[in-house]
Amino acid sequence: MRRMMSASRAIAGVYALACLASVASAAQPPRQAQSLPAAVAPAPNYDAVQVRSLHVQGNIWMLVGAGGNVTVQVGDDGVLVVDTQFAGMADKLLAEIRRIAGERPVRYVLNTHVHDDHIGGNARFRAAGRQVIGGNVARDKGATGGEAAGATLIAHARVLDRMAEQPQLPSDALPDDAFPGLLYDLTFNGEAIQLIHVPHAHTDGDVMIHFRRSDVLVAGDLLNMNNYPLIDAERGGHIDGVIEALNRMLEIAVPADKQEGGTMIIPGHGRLTDEADVVEYRDMLTIIRDRVRDLVSKGQSLEQVKAAKPTRDYDGRWAPASGRWSTELFVEAVYRGVKTPANPEE
Amino acid sequence: MFMRKCSSTGLLACALLLGAGGASALDLQGIWYPIFHEDQTERVPGPDAGDYLGLPINDAARLRADSWDPNLLTVPEHQCKPHPGNYGTRGVGQMRIWEDRDPVTLQLIKINTHIQWQEQRRSLWMNGKAPPPDFAAHTWQGFSTGHFDGDVLVVDTSRLKAGWIRRNGLALSDRAHMQERFIRHGDILTHVYMVEDPVYLTEPVVRTTNYRLVLNGTIDPYPCRYAIEIERPRGSVPSRLPGTNPSSEEYARRFKIPLEAVRGGANTAMPEFLDTLRNRAP
Repeated sequence: MRRMMSASRAIAGVYALACLASVASAAQPPRQAQSLPAAVAPAPNYDAVQVRSLHVQGNIWMLVGAGGNVTVQVGDDGVLVVDTQFAGMADKLLAEIRRIAGERPVRYVLNTHVHDDHIGGNARFRAAGRQVIGGNVARDKGATGGEAAGATLIAHARVLDRMAEQPQLPSDALPDDAFPGLLYDLTFNGEAIQLIHVPHAHTDGDVMIHFRRSDVLVAGDLLNMNNYPLIDAERGGHIDGVIEALNRMLEIAVPADKQEGGTMIIPGHGRLTDEADVVEYRDMLTIIRDRVRDLVSKGQSLEQVKAAKPTRDYDGRWAPASGRWSTELFVEAVYRGVKTPANPEE
Repeated sequence: MFMRKCSSTGLLACALLLGAGGASALDLQGIWYPIFHEDQTERVPGPDAGDYLGLPINDAARLRADSWDPNLLTVPEHQCKPHPGNYGTRGVGQMRIWEDRDPVTLQLIKINTHIQWQEQRRSLWMNGKAPPPDFAAHTWQGFSTGHFDGDVLVVDTSRLKAGWIRRNGLALSDRAHMQERFIRHGDILTHVYMVEDPVYLTEPVVRTTNYRLVLNGTIDPYPCRYAIEIERPRGSVPSRLPGTNPSSEEYARRFKIPLEAVRGGANTAMPEFLDTLRNRAP
């Protein structure tokens, strides 16, 4: 058990480092293929990172800094935030949210998955927020005037399970509401919001979040516009789940005209997208998976599959430019996924 | 740098791209019909599968095109795609050009173009409009700014969606960058573009396209709705596995062109390549 937890933490560290490195450095020397290291990444320096924001449409804003993209919904009822980057980015993100939303309180924090670069600021965001509360628990929470300190955190149950494997996380970073199953709904700022779980994809706890009135879909790391998707197999990730998630996005998204605009999709990393961009990414992953499947069906070993370079026509665009997630590790994850189909019952 | 790049891409086209000096503005407004005297078979009816002639593509582009299956265009989410900004003038359909000016100062704000097929609409910003942030969405037509260099309209475009450089699977990435020149000679408009792509091209692609002004021309709407043309399993993406495309050599055989020329690459566009062909073993 200790060994498994250690591996999970190591991958979280690798992922955090990879995501930060993609922001902090665009000109790293070429990497050698390597296995995942055992050490957790050192604490990065956020001083030079600037938070920038973009109004997407409707009530939705997209914030970028270091780590995963942050989505903010703003309305009369307050602020809802999806993902919180690294802990060290929280105050900068909160300052930008205040610039956009004024003194409206953060009421909800939703997490798309468990990685550090998406949940690192949870505790700080919770502390900065206030929740509407009533009933017999109000006094326990020190509520006054129908409000209590602390935003409400919501994530899939598997995210809570994975957070519980990380004893260094403060309890305030853990979700209040961790839902099992495939769907969780809420309404906030007059807008229907759906958290749609896709099992065994980037991790085993991913959700995409659909803001139905604003017509914005938040993909988390099910869509990564910077590079090939990181498939965290140690935490239940699988190539088939990532492709399934992309196909779900295409079913939800409706382009405005000529395959452009309409539903806007905020990826976990990289630029804003719409359906046509997701189609490009889905096609690429499906083609690579099908190539690897063909090689496996011919009895080729992992080393033979790597040598065949099944990604070589896409590497110029999607090979990780920095960090420790590599094309080689991606091919290995696809290979292992093809050899061992995901079990949705797990 | 630019002149060096021009060395292998056609001196006439590059001379046109460099434009002329001067300060006067040019009125391009009207409806222009494409003249199909250049590269006709590539443009209408369209390129053959496996025809990569004359393009400075790299191995990645070649493999990707070899893997391309035209059945992909029957997948619903592919059916209503317009040509991207870099390819619109290579397709079919007349082009309308008009200006938007400030109603008070009459300063030129932007020049608009609209090519009929799939309603490819571009805004060429002439007022120094800043580009959207690098994490904003890319569009089929990209973000374009323009200025006049004498009687030549010069346009710079970035933030394109991933598209194509030839419509037989030769891909262009969303990191491509395009420069254009619009040059008017009376009723003839010459459009020149130079496209660079660090992902799929080793050198810029330069092409020219001519248009003729048509008085009283019209452009009809081009609505598009997808249809289920072929029932497939959910998420199917038609493609050819590497080494299995039966069409990749068909073009060379049909027109009796050496395969190594048909496969493209910057060296195949150079005059010296003829010597390579002459000197090869029979």
